[in-house]
Amino acid sequence: MKLLGNIMVSLAVIAALSAPVAAQDDQGTAAAQAAPAKANPVTLTGDVKAVKTVTDANGIETVQLVQPEVIVPGDRVIFGTGYANDGAEPVTDFVVTNAVPGAVRLAPDADPALVVSVDGGKSWGVLADLTSRGEDGTARAATHADVTHVRWTLERIAPGETGRLEYPAIIR
Amino acid sequence: MNTKHAFRRIFAAMLAVPIVLALVPTSAARAQSVSAGTLIENTAQATYEDAGGPRTISSNTVSLRVDELLEVTLTSLDSGALDVGPGEAVLAFELTNTGNGPESFELIANPAVAGNDFDVRIDGLAVDTNGNGTYDPGVDEILTAPETTRELAPGEAITVFVLATVPDGIPDTAESEVELTANAATGSGAAGTVFEGAGDGGGDAVVGTTGASAPALGRMQAGVASVELTKAVSVSDPFGGTSAVAGSIATFTIIANVSGSGSVDELVVSDAIPAGTTYAAGTLTLDGAPLTDASDADAGSASDADGVRVDLGTVAAGTGHTIAFDVAIN
Repeated sequence: MKLLGNIMVSLAVIAALSAPVAAQDDQGTAAAQAAPAKANPVTLTGDVKAVKTVTDANGIETVQLVQPEVIVPGDRVIFGTGYANDGAEPVTDFVVTNAVPGAVRLAPDADPALVVSVDGGKSWGVLADLTSRGEDGTARAATHADVTHVRWTLERIAPGETGRLEYPAIIR
Repeated sequence: MNTKHAFRRIFAAMLAVPIVLALVPTSAARAQSVSAGTLIENTAQATYEDAGGPRTISSNTVSLRVDELLEVTLTSLDSGALDVGPGEAVLAFELTNTGNGPESFELIANPAVAGNDFDVRIDGLAVDTNGNGTYDPGVDEILTAPETTRELAPGEAITVFVLATVPDGIPDTAESEVELTANAATGSGAAGTVFEGAGDGGGDAVVGTTGASAPALGRMQAGVASVELTKAVSVSDPFGGTSAVAGSIATFTIIANVSGSGSVDELVVSDAIPAGTTYAAGTLTLDGAPLTDASDADAGSASDADGVRVDLGTVAAGTGHTIAFDVAIN
């Protein structure tokens, strides 16, 4: 167990080096981080925020998005993806697909119009129209916990246009 | 070459480890929380069309490591108050690691709970090693101070026993409680307290809503039985009266009543034949049924020399027995 712990720590370091979390990113700075425009005029920048309720001195509660520090089951996080078209031409049929990590479930208050898949990305629709199979094999209405992928479709992104897509999730 | 291969192998092993771990919570125990140390990684991909044709791009991968949540529940397994008498008593509790990482728990038993009619003495805490739900001396592990369980996997439950001694001289129906508390060994306290770096898998450990501490009360009620003997005599003389004269027959009746609760074991009622009288052979009865005078398989024996002896065995509280015999007045 001790050895395993060390390996996990080493791995975490590697992961941190190879895939830095886009921490302070927001829409304004997304363009500055753009990759060379010629190969791919559009860039995607992922980030994750923890949803934290803060109570001020007057007892007023505000919800803040903060950098995740301590994350435990039941916590709520927001996975965000910023996009930016840094090219000179518009792009069309822009489809962003995000596999929902197995360790989280889509939060119940996710946008009901969000297009999702509950079968690993084979079929798509709004959650209310989808069915899932229970452990005994019978069909039942799909729930937020069944969602495996989320997807957004944008018809056109104009040159210089940026935007942000996000979905709320709860740690299982 | 060799170094390169070795490095590759190590790297492959490092990659394989978290993948296996990450699969555990989703496939093996779906209803359960994600294990501490699990890495959650999120990557978005996009496809689009531009003048150059269809394109595919990926975002950077963001990763989160799940920290260890310290949670515990403890419940009494005794339905209602445990019926106890002076001597040994065993209270049973179920301890469950409701956190998401392997965790040990320290157990503290407090016998002096406010409102107790009597306090027991705590002799030890044991774990139901063989999992049969019953304390087996010599089999079930007795914890040594500080009484701490082995590491329990997330969701794992064990039965723990509080071994106690009930004092002598307590009245029937007197009540007592023992409070057992289980605290996460990593730490406990206010919900949200963070123990940095103390979590399983390299993250932090965080106290959950239970405070990582769970108390449970085990109740006991004294079931003390007591025996009351009542002896009566009636005399009939040879003339149809009730005078105690030579030749009169005296019938002794002994009623043994057991009151309180529980039962008494090995209850033996004996009575000497009064001086100046002679046991009337063949008159010993128990609850109206005759018993032989000889000391044999039945419960009773009677003789002039040794008196009357009736072995009632185990008698439940709330029941009684009537023994009767005759003597002749000399």
